[in-house]
Amino acid sequence: MVEMEKQVLTPVNENKPQRATNFKWRNIFRGDNRALWTILALIIILLVDRMVSPTFFTVRMVNGRLTGSLINTLDGAAPIMLLSIGMTLVIATKGVDLSVGAVMAICAAVSAVLINRHEAGSDNILYYPGFVIAIAILVGALCGLWNGILVALFDIQPIIATLILMVAGRGIAQMITDGQSPTYTDETLAYMGQGTIFGMPFPVYVAAIALVVVYLLVRRTALGLLIESVGINAKASHYTGVNATVIKLFVYIISGICAAIAGLIVAGENTYADPHTAGLWSELDAIVAVVIGGTLLSGGRFSLVLSALGALIIQSLRIGLYISDLHPNANLVVKAIVILLVLLLQSKEFKQAVGRLFKPVLKLRAVFK
Amino acid sequence: MSTNEQPALLEVRGLTKTFTATPALSEVDFTLYPGEVHAVLGENGAGKSTLIKVITGVYKRDAGTIRLNGKLIEPRSPGHAQELGISAVYQEINLIPTLSVAENLYVGRQPRFLGMVSMQLMNKKARKLLKTFNIDIDVTRDLSSYSIAIQQIVAIVRGVDLSAKILILDEPTSSLDRHEVETLFSVIRSLEEHGIGILLITHFLDQVYEISDRITVLRNGRKVGEHLTKELPRAKLISEMLGREFTETLGKRSNQITNGDSKHDTFLDIKGFAKRGMIEPFDLEIKKGEIVGLAGLLGSGRTEMGHLVFGINRSEKGEAFVESKKVKISSPRKAIRYGFGLCPEDRKVEGLIADLTIRENIILALQAKLGWYRHIPYKRQEQYADEMIEALHIVTTDAEKPVRELSGGNQQKVILARWLVSNPELLILDEPTRGIDVGAHAEIINIIKRLAKEGKALMVISSELAEVVDYSDRVVVLRDRKKLTELTGDEISEDAIMQAIAEK
Amino acid sequence: MKLVKFCLLLALMVTFVGAVNVKAQDGGEGLTIGFSQIGSESAWRTSFTDAVKAEAEARGINLLFSDAQQQQENQIAAMRAWIAQGDVDAIILAPVVESGWDDVLQEAQDAGIPVVIVDRNVDSDPSLYVTRVSSDFVHEGRLAAAWLVQATSGQCNIVELQGTVGSAAANDRMTGFNEVIALFPGMQIIASETGDFVRAQGKQVMESFLSSEDPANICAVWAHNDDMAIGAIEAIKEAGLVPGTDILVVSVDAIPDIFDSLDAGEANATVELSPFMGGPAFDAVVATLNGEELPKWIPVAGKLYTNRADYDADHQ
Repeated sequence: MVEMEKQVLTPVNENKPQRATNFKWRNIFRGDNRALWTILALIIILLVDRMVSPTFFTVRMVNGRLTGSLINTLDGAAPIMLLSIGMTLVIATKGVDLSVGAVMAICAAVSAVLINRHEAGSDNILYYPGFVIAIAILVGALCGLWNGILVALFDIQPIIATLILMVAGRGIAQMITDGQSPTYTDETLAYMGQGTIFGMPFPVYVAAIALVVVYLLVRRTALGLLIESVGINAKASHYTGVNATVIKLFVYIISGICAAIAGLIVAGENTYADPHTAGLWSELDAIVAVVIGGTLLSGGRFSLVLSALGALIIQSLRIGLYISDLHPNANLVVKAIVILLVLLLQSKEFKQAVGRLFKPVLKLRAVFK
Repeated sequence: MSTNEQPALLEVRGLTKTFTATPALSEVDFTLYPGEVHAVLGENGAGKSTLIKVITGVYKRDAGTIRLNGKLIEPRSPGHAQELGISAVYQEINLIPTLSVAENLYVGRQPRFLGMVSMQLMNKKARKLLKTFNIDIDVTRDLSSYSIAIQQIVAIVRGVDLSAKILILDEPTSSLDRHEVETLFSVIRSLEEHGIGILLITHFLDQVYEISDRITVLRNGRKVGEHLTKELPRAKLISEMLGREFTETLGKRSNQITNGDSKHDTFLDIKGFAKRGMIEPFDLEIKKGEIVGLAGLLGSGRTEMGHLVFGINRSEKGEAFVESKKVKISSPRKAIRYGFGLCPEDRKVEGLIADLTIRENIILALQAKLGWYRHIPYKRQEQYADEMIEALHIVTTDAEKPVRELSGGNQQKVILARWLVSNPELLILDEPTRGIDVGAHAEIINIIKRLAKEGKALMVISSELAEVVDYSDRVVVLRDRKKLTELTGDEISEDAIMQAIAEK
Repeated sequence: MKLVKFCLLLALMVTFVGAVNVKAQDGGEGLTIGFSQIGSESAWRTSFTDAVKAEAEARGINLLFSDAQQQQENQIAAMRAWIAQGDVDAIILAPVVESGWDDVLQEAQDAGIPVVIVDRNVDSDPSLYVTRVSSDFVHEGRLAAAWLVQATSGQCNIVELQGTVGSAAANDRMTGFNEVIALFPGMQIIASETGDFVRAQGKQVMESFLSSEDPANICAVWAHNDDMAIGAIEAIKEAGLVPGTDILVVSVDAIPDIFDSLDAGEANATVELSPFMGGPAFDAVVATLNGEELPKWIPVAGKLYTNRADYDADHQ
């Protein structure tokens, strides 16, 4: 008996066969076979785009800048992708951040107003482009912190807590710009939206880097696990000693920072900050991207990479609608239908139902064989 | 009572169900006659839950037939099974905690008066229905305000009332105290008389012999035997379940410590902890290497005492000392920092992170303790998981399976493993053996003893007196949210505990 | 034949511009007028409010201003307060929605207070208000098209950036523009998509057009507002083309930013969406108080501008 008991608690058996690798693709997709369907959906939409416009995959170099519908898709998807990165983490904790669009407007407004002072000749170092960008991102982080405090410390339901900033945010942005839509000419800020490296638009790099950085941040630390744990079972996590307050503050701050960068990109694209329209309805795009990426709104396991693919799906769909001959009146309906189809493609129940539907056909075929 | 000449009520033939390559059931036959209690027994993972989930249409079977009264049926969902006359009451209560008892009884079929849902009529009917089972409670209160025991009974009553021909009871008594078990059994006997067939799944062998007419034993997804209960000796039953000879008693630990033993230092000393509505002021001392059992009836304040010690609920007064140093236990995080751990009573709600893998569940407490930035390397995580799967005999293909796919006993082991990995000084175990099969039961008790031998302090809450007597160095007896007395050393016996509870 | 049409068109333009270019007049000194504004949801709205306030000050009118913050209830409450206090001579209402005004307009009429509707429409019986002063979106579309016909001699492949789908501004500008180019077989719209009146969307849609169509085949972009035009200009530049030369840019609104582009030669023409509706509205008040009969709709349409100097000259 004693022998057996000893065996129960002996530490690691070093002779046990080691597992083959540390890094697994399934870790990136969180072991979810919905990944396959998300990628398939993206490919199908891109192929449909190609059918609508034969030049869809054509990429040309013009003035050191790559142009073409594919590049437009990547460029346009960058802000949604940024938002969806933060949104993924928030949703994984069983929350939602409705304020990201408004935070984009606030940060765009902050950057434009500050850089205008620089352009007006102010010597204040805080108005230098680098500092302006840093301040705008800091403001985004503060907006996130505000949301996080409401959710984590005051235990207000996320949808309500972030709704407050969603509604108030555009008002704040208008106060910052004094009701105007300021334009600027600063090249550094413009670069955020218009710059290129090796011909590829700068926003694409920003989104890709953000994806990698946040991925490493959550998966090379324990944050990802703790985020999922809080989202799946808050009570059990609490009993296990997980500090949900810190986790929630963290995800909302990340979401705020992502929104700030997205705001800088959108402002930089047009060297202009419009508090009324910057990032308008982007929160919905981001949420849809996350859902297409397979993260459940009820929280839990998440995949940043799949959310980014979700953002690409939304943008390829949008570009496809732009270049199609469909009347703009139909845009929203078509968009809704395609998103529904993508979600159905991922639904196990739906696929089973379709399978049942085709069973008689298969049987029939077997008879004729 | 029932004979084989009667036509069968439910006939299951050749049932097979496979989950991602591992068969959960293979070619299982099962026959239920009207007016009998048929117990399905087996260790965790034997396929009992899968069997009833296939019968009630939760899972789609891969092969086999199900006949009800001789007619082939295809249950598509629990709702559909219910329409066919098969009602199931699961281990985990599937009712809505925020609705009232009456609403839970009649949800989806509320009594109407002049076309309108009538609360009054519904409450009246609910009271009457519960009265027939000798239950007298306020049916207008939220279900969640009642104990798990009452919730379970409400679930059973609802199942019975849905004009069931077959009632499936999955661990119905695991949360009931003796008196409530009696109530339930009287209900079951009256159902038998009405010709209802009852499929019973339970881990309490005494109860199997008390109430059942027939026993089917499953092991590793196969049927290994079907017997009339009266013709099956216990030893044979147990060896069929385990597939090996079983040595029944585990024996008392030889080196049980006695009060005042100088070799053992006090780990935790609590003076005057209390919380209004939960538990009256109590003192509690736990030494290193000591197992303190908490005994008392359901609702006596056992769990509440554990929650106060672990900081889930903050004590309103009193003080606590860990190794003679004064501490403030204001949250589970604090408690964990002082070296505490807690395996909660309600595994599903308070313990498991169901969608995470076994590995992730096992390392979670340690990781939370280390903080998010001190990430345990994957390789180390895998080692921890593999080591624990082996050490605690967790039945699974690998550590990357979501923990929700495990059976109850294995889930309990995962939670235990979670704390073992984080290496606490004091482990609080709330009903560690509830809903667990014989084999796992013995293993878990062995682990408890082993931990004490290693110098850990343990606080074990259990409603199984024999078990408490077996491993405890000291037994704290509670009644009506109040600590009554402590028994130590040779004073500890089932009789003594019961006497203490019964004493005025 | 083409020449005849062209002359007809020019004549049409001149009459329209002459007819609707209501010059600000004095009058109304000492009156107290309540002005219920929708809110401040856009820069144009803000400049509209400012223009009305400035006009009132210049005329010596005592203006009671109420910002409804997008809520019809706030507008009705403000109007009821003015009616109850009886200290206003007239009310100017910029309604947030079309329906639901019958009761309060009736109350105003019963109290003998004339109401002038500005900007958006109401669906109440016209007898309940004096008149409606608003932009003539159709005319703006016609004017833009007329300029483009002239600039391209009636030969042009146009891409169109529509406003928000279903909005009156988008629908009417499209109608006006299409009416005119229908007269010229050489003028056709080869791609059309909504940019929601937003600069960023305008840029994205234009980028898509430039990728899916042969850029050399695009002669002009017609944007339903200046913001989308400015976005399109960015896209054209990024595609390595010269806006205003390789691709003509014509739009509506005359916001300050477009004049930078006009003067830089990157945009070609804009039609003013006049925020100066205060003058005609006050005129209407004065006229009705003097017992004059007024038409039920007084359209206000700005002129077409191709540079800042002309615009500044018109607005001192």
